[in-house]
Amino acid sequence: MNRNKKPKLAVWKFASCDGCQLSLLDCEDALLDFAEVIQIANFPEASRAVIHGKYDISLVEGSITTSHDAERIHKIRRQSKFLMTIGACATSGGIQALRNFADVTRFNAIVYAHPEYISTLNKSTPIRDHIYVDFELHGCPINKLQLVEVCSAFLHGRKPVVPTHSVCMDCKRKGNPCVMVAHQTPCLGPVTHAGCNALCPSYNRGCFGCFGPKETPKTSSLAKKWQDLGASNDEIMRAFRGFYSYAEPFRKESEMYED
Amino acid sequence: MKTNQTIKVEYLARVEGEGGLKIRIKDGKIADLKLNIFEPPRYFEGFLRGRQYSEAPDITARICGICPVAYQMSSIHAMEAVFGLKQSGYLRELRRLLYCGEWIESHILHAYLLHAPDFLGYPDAIQMAGDHPEVVKAGLKLKKTGNEIVNLLGGREIHPINSRVGGWYKIPPKKQFLRLLEELKWARDAAIDVVKFTSTLNFPDFERDYEFVALSHPDEYALNEGRLISSKGLDIAVDEYEDHFEEQHLRHSTALHSNHKGFGAYHVGPLARYTLNYDKLSPIAKQAAQDAGMGTTCNNPFKSIIVRAIETLWACDEAIRIIENFEMPEKPWVDYDINGGIGHAITEAPRGILYHRYRIDSSGYIRTAKIVPPTSQNLRTIELDLYEFVPPRLHKSKDELTWECEQAIRNYDPCISCSCHFLKLDIERD
Repeated sequence: MNRNKKPKLAVWKFASCDGCQLSLLDCEDALLDFAEVIQIANFPEASRAVIHGKYDISLVEGSITTSHDAERIHKIRRQSKFLMTIGACATSGGIQALRNFADVTRFNAIVYAHPEYISTLNKSTPIRDHIYVDFELHGCPINKLQLVEVCSAFLHGRKPVVPTHSVCMDCKRKGNPCVMVAHQTPCLGPVTHAGCNALCPSYNRGCFGCFGPKETPKTSSLAKKWQDLGASNDEIMRAFRGFYSYAEPFRKESEMYED
Repeated sequence: MKTNQTIKVEYLARVEGEGGLKIRIKDGKIADLKLNIFEPPRYFEGFLRGRQYSEAPDITARICGICPVAYQMSSIHAMEAVFGLKQSGYLRELRRLLYCGEWIESHILHAYLLHAPDFLGYPDAIQMAGDHPEVVKAGLKLKKTGNEIVNLLGGREIHPINSRVGGWYKIPPKKQFLRLLEELKWARDAAIDVVKFTSTLNFPDFERDYEFVALSHPDEYALNEGRLISSKGLDIAVDEYEDHFEEQHLRHSTALHSNHKGFGAYHVGPLARYTLNYDKLSPIAKQAAQDAGMGTTCNNPFKSIIVRAIETLWACDEAIRIIENFEMPEKPWVDYDINGGIGHAITEAPRGILYHRYRIDSSGYIRTAKIVPPTSQNLRTIELDLYEFVPPRLHKSKDELTWECEQAIRNYDPCISCSCHFLKLDIERD
């Protein structure tokens, strides 16, 4: 990278809610400083001006759900030096990956009067299934401070500091009483990637896994603990089949509890 | 521009989601005009079937990262309608507070970062900040104030986690709300300036006789509850919505288009609320509107930026009122029994009415779900605006006209992720 030139940033969207790219605009205090050091070259949600590639850094939001998008992502990879996926959709297929467990033609008929107008793939898949990804940032939505950290690490040529431990660690750190122990509330915290600062347990509710599986999660032990707390098979299946349903550890565990 | 041409916006910028516009002009007239929505379908109404009622607020929030609170509010109110639950007292007030936070955040995002650059001739707010740094900084700070309400009460600004059927998981301590007051008072003053600032922009002379549709409540500027009324005499309960409105599926759009049966296209959002509920605005908001030269109705969609500013001012004022009257409810939620049935709700998302209907079985499972987002209700109106907006402007250069068409679409702050996704302008001249 030419040190005298601002690195060029592009933001790309696939099937998603726009929330993760909005995190960038939600960096209210940092946004203008950010634009001082990075050239926002292609970010349609924020600007109608497009500066053509190659891009030093590409942020990709959303999952692949159409054959057109499955082609488009390859073009984006070719234009990008460093490509980072942001959020549950891009890193795991997102909530719309629930179609992967059903028949999408049935869904089409439920939502649309003319299913024949709709062109879609049977599955919603993460970007990594289609191209090489340099870095994945998890969360539904991502934590904007982590986004700033990863971009800043990239600018300084260092490794980003993004913890990989479970939500439980953050709960302990915050001094939250464990919701499973204290209130018998089923919680996905032990198997879920940190990043939300133990948000749900801090609000007296169980974690529902919106940062996806942590590294080497013991999903089967947790599922057993849930059974001890009285959770039905269906409850356990739905818990793992949420915003990260298609991430392998959660997918496999949910299948164990399918009827 | 030549008399036979095509105007094409491949990918409409500064809207949420993916869409485009294609206008074909033949002999100086519009031969065809399509707002093309190519946001990939995500099938929420399909996979909600078989989920528990209690999961709907978190799942439907993911339809839109810009207005998740709206989805949570509509789904929660619909479920509460099934269970015969009615919120009252301060629990109800807190829901209004959360919604005010989202309105402030979303309206300012649109007014400053997405819409104002059109009026001032910048491609985006960051370049606008080069010449008007104080304006953009004040906008970002104001937006942050809205986000802080959602952060405190919802846990985080995007996809908050604290709302549930019956109330809240936890209500933060009073002192944390009081801490927001000072900033909100600053925000209220700043919003008065936003109203002034937006009213000085240049507006195209463009008005249409819309049918405005909004929620209306006898005692307050409606957010979560009320009857659905229109400027052409409609006055119905929210559960009668589907008797009067229908959705059509068109080939060029993965978003469904809504239609008021027997009336046609209609208009939802800030202009509709302002025109139908002006008398419910707080005195300070009315005063600012008057000072900005606004009447009690507004039929120019380009002026929606002023109305968003007025609603932002109202939302700051309302948030202050709610916090100043803080009383900690005995319990964060009210208990209820699960029973089967059908529940409907309409709430006012920043972009207009958001309709949810669920059928729940006696074990609390969702059997069917129907969601009608505000943008799909405005899509036909946006197309009709362009049909009238473009012909008198055909003498302009293609670039200029294309930009003006984009601006005319952005008047509605279209959230295509909700209705499906993004915009693409494609103007074709034979």
